[in-house]
Amino acid sequence: MIVLSNIIVDGLIYGILLFMIAVGLSITMGLMRFVNLAHGVFAMLGGYVAITLISSVGMPWVVGVMLAVVVVSLVSIPLERFLISRVYGRTALDQVLLTIGVTFIAIALASLIFGTRMSAMPLPALLSGSMDVGFRTMPAQRILVLISGILVFLSLWLVIEKTTFGIRLRAAVDHPATASAVGINTRLVATVAFALGAGMAALGGIVGSSLLPIEPYYPLKYMVLFLSVVAVGGLGSLVGTLASALTLGMVDTATKYLAPEYSSILFFIAIIIIISMRPNGMFGRGVNV
Amino acid sequence: MLKLKLLLATSLAATTLTMTAQADDPVKVGIVAPLSGPFSDYGQQFRQAIDAYQAQHGKSVGGHSVEFIYKDNGGPDPGRTRSVAQELIVQEQVDYLGGFVFTPNALAVAPLINKAKTPAVIFNAATSAITQQSDYFVRTSYTTPQVSVPVAVYAKEEGIDKVVTLVTDYGPGIDAEQAFAKQFEKDGGEILRSVRMPMNTTDFGPFVQGAKSEAPDAIYVFLPGGPPTYGFVKAYADNGLMEEGIRFLGTAETQELDLQTLGSSALGLHTGFHYSQAHDSPENQAFLDSLHSLYPDAIANWASVGAYDGAHVIYKMIEATGGEKKPEAAVDAVKGLSWISPRGPMMIDSDYRSPIQNVYMRKVVKGESGELVNKEFKVYEEQPDYGRFEE
Repeated sequence: MIVLSNIIVDGLIYGILLFMIAVGLSITMGLMRFVNLAHGVFAMLGGYVAITLISSVGMPWVVGVMLAVVVVSLVSIPLERFLISRVYGRTALDQVLLTIGVTFIAIALASLIFGTRMSAMPLPALLSGSMDVGFRTMPAQRILVLISGILVFLSLWLVIEKTTFGIRLRAAVDHPATASAVGINTRLVATVAFALGAGMAALGGIVGSSLLPIEPYYPLKYMVLFLSVVAVGGLGSLVGTLASALTLGMVDTATKYLAPEYSSILFFIAIIIIISMRPNGMFGRGVNV
Repeated sequence: MLKLKLLLATSLAATTLTMTAQADDPVKVGIVAPLSGPFSDYGQQFRQAIDAYQAQHGKSVGGHSVEFIYKDNGGPDPGRTRSVAQELIVQEQVDYLGGFVFTPNALAVAPLINKAKTPAVIFNAATSAITQQSDYFVRTSYTTPQVSVPVAVYAKEEGIDKVVTLVTDYGPGIDAEQAFAKQFEKDGGEILRSVRMPMNTTDFGPFVQGAKSEAPDAIYVFLPGGPPTYGFVKAYADNGLMEEGIRFLGTAETQELDLQTLGSSALGLHTGFHYSQAHDSPENQAFLDSLHSLYPDAIANWASVGAYDGAHVIYKMIEATGGEKKPEAAVDAVKGLSWISPRGPMMIDSDYRSPIQNVYMRKVVKGESGELVNKEFKVYEEQPDYGRFEE
């Protein structure tokens, strides 16, 4: 019983973290049919900017984190406009080559500036201890992951379902050609969605740094993990990404508790099973071109 | 007459020139280590420690200058290591090799050094069996069983009866698990559960919670440095194991390069290892002074001391052979060699060419200026390589 509740709680939190980082990737991949292997760069960048602002500049934690998210979103805009957008509509190979190149450059820069070892995220006293949640103790930082994940999901859901931008975004994801024919500026939508996704990744990178520590090889190390979440969830689907992230988080956690030796292989077996049953992902709507 | 004088002068000059050339002809030592990529710390630690050694002991020994040539092998890459070592032997004409961070890399050069008869000093790779693959291997680091067994002995002495082992699922982790369990069970302890955690684990919470629910007296841990260690130590602290009296026993987890990053979560962790930067001895102080005069921000860890003592062994080999290429004599000269290293007294086992050395139990505490240090509080003297008895 304890094991079951442990699996649910730990799986939920790990899943939520995967969701936060991967959701931006899912949206941009769904929107522009663009294979972005450099998405983890934004999570890493968020981590480094936050560490610098809090540790070196001495900002309060919340301010540093929020500013880091904004900085990463802003940095992503010229990157999308001047570099990434050049390979929209090109073959997947071109996109993969460009973004893996961006990833390697980011790794080299991060190694140069911050060193090849990992950097620790400073934490306010409130978040650094553990909390008693009734049946067990929980690291306080995990509770932060949970809360920010839920907030991210709710605000994205509101934006996508209830705002004009959301309508345009959904239209552009479902059928880009028609969307642009009825006068939606899909390029602008793409840029905004890209920046939004980068910001989410940055937030995920920061609050999740106790699970995925910030280091130069971050984008390469977790690339497959983030891509798996998107592939299983279905491109461009908010609910799909959440469902997929939670499922994979639960599977990973459950196998760690029950069969630790097999946990990495069972994780990928689960992915294979889901993808073979639903090739477009759990909530994927197929590819419209 | 003038012609004769000129001839004499020229030949004299020529002779002097050759003689100087001979004396200046340096003994070359090739260092194979990762100088780029995620493992480049090792290369940096090696280079800094060798520079510190040369600053202390001079750049020549017995009238022969010693030149270290560094070559990058990237990381765990046996193929590349082999070709890099071959290049050093064939093109650079090195008389000695040094370095070797990863076991598969060291094993890959064994056939090569057997053929070329080139003594190779292992600064790091810690699997017992390596030195049996070639008579030209000499190790100055440690072996995993060598440091794991004393931790098991210590645990039992402390009244710890029940342990859960958690190791990363790869060669060194499994070696550590087995060495610890064998000694601990021999002394009457009980291993409640042996968990092998996948290499790519990011969330260590479930493993730590799972271990906690077994209610052991301690956990024994083996992790590769960097992010996995950080993730695990954070999970150990955050899940409140220490408060419940479940102690953390490990080996290299609190190594100096990671220690400050681990932060306050690391306070109170117990590890058994052969080198601590905080080792209190004049030899260690002299090493650190030399290191910091060259590299003010340098941190010394086991890789540093492995390279430092590796340089010492190479100097001794050059001294014993008068700078000539006599590989067998060189290796024989350091068999049974003992000296006071910055880590403490050590000796090269004459049969296994691996160190016999003290293993210290340490506890992470705050140092004088608030930084974290591995404070040694107990010593197990002259520990052999326990792994060698298995073969």
